[in-house]
Amino acid sequence: MSDKPKKIVMVASRGELDWAYPPFIIGSTAAALGWEVVIFFTFYGLTLLKKDINAKVNPAANAAMPMKMPVGPGFFQNINWPMPNLLTANMPGFENFATTLMKKTFKNKGVASVEELREICVESGVKMIGCQMTMDVFGFSKDEFISGVEIGGAAMMLQEAGDSDVQFFM
Amino acid sequence: MPTQENSTLDCRGMNCPLPILKTKKAMDQLTTGQILKMIATDPGSVNDVQAWVKATGNSLVESEQASGTYTFYLRKK
Repeated sequence: MSDKPKKIVMVASRGELDWAYPPFIIGSTAAALGWEVVIFFTFYGLTLLKKDINAKVNPAANAAMPMKMPVGPGFFQNINWPMPNLLTANMPGFENFATTLMKKTFKNKGVASVEELREICVESGVKMIGCQMTMDVFGFSKDEFISGVEIGGAAMMLQEAGDSDVQFFM
Repeated sequence: MPTQENSTLDCRGMNCPLPILKTKKAMDQLTTGQILKMIATDPGSVNDVQAWVKATGNSLVESEQASGTYTFYLRKK
């Protein structure tokens, strides 16, 4: 092991529940490995910095998504329910329904919530940067975000990335 | 003689990456040379624990597997 810890820089650009997991899973785990971690939140990824995360899954945009029922006997929970896009795209409230099912299934499988993983990232000193330009575009202010978030732009992200060992765009 | 632990962490039922995150926190509470016994049911934890010790310089002194349960004895660096 060298003296200088490894460093990872991630760009989180998506705000759906399924995309909310990767930056916080990888960020918290990298920190647990002793790595320095920077996450740059841009576009819809900015919503993951809000005090209350309201991320949802969008079954219409993810045609391969297995739909699982989080209740009932094991064989029933393991069934992949075929959900035609035409149905899921047009049924009011389906996104909320699918989000509830996914959250419940995650919990049943012993997976941490996004909020819990984000909290561990904060505790372990993960540096989180909000993209100024997309904040302006969407009308987000720093007060809406959890404390400790820094604000910057592409140059700040690139400076961090240029100084890092691993870079992810998600 | 079985390894004697100083502290035990139960990660049964937890999924990736929780066993590693909890292990890291528990190891932070120990002093050099002390042993943490970690029990998990996540099959991925076998490779994850090995990667974690390699990255952090702690050591995996012993591990066992029995009926879907994985036990790790980790020595603090």
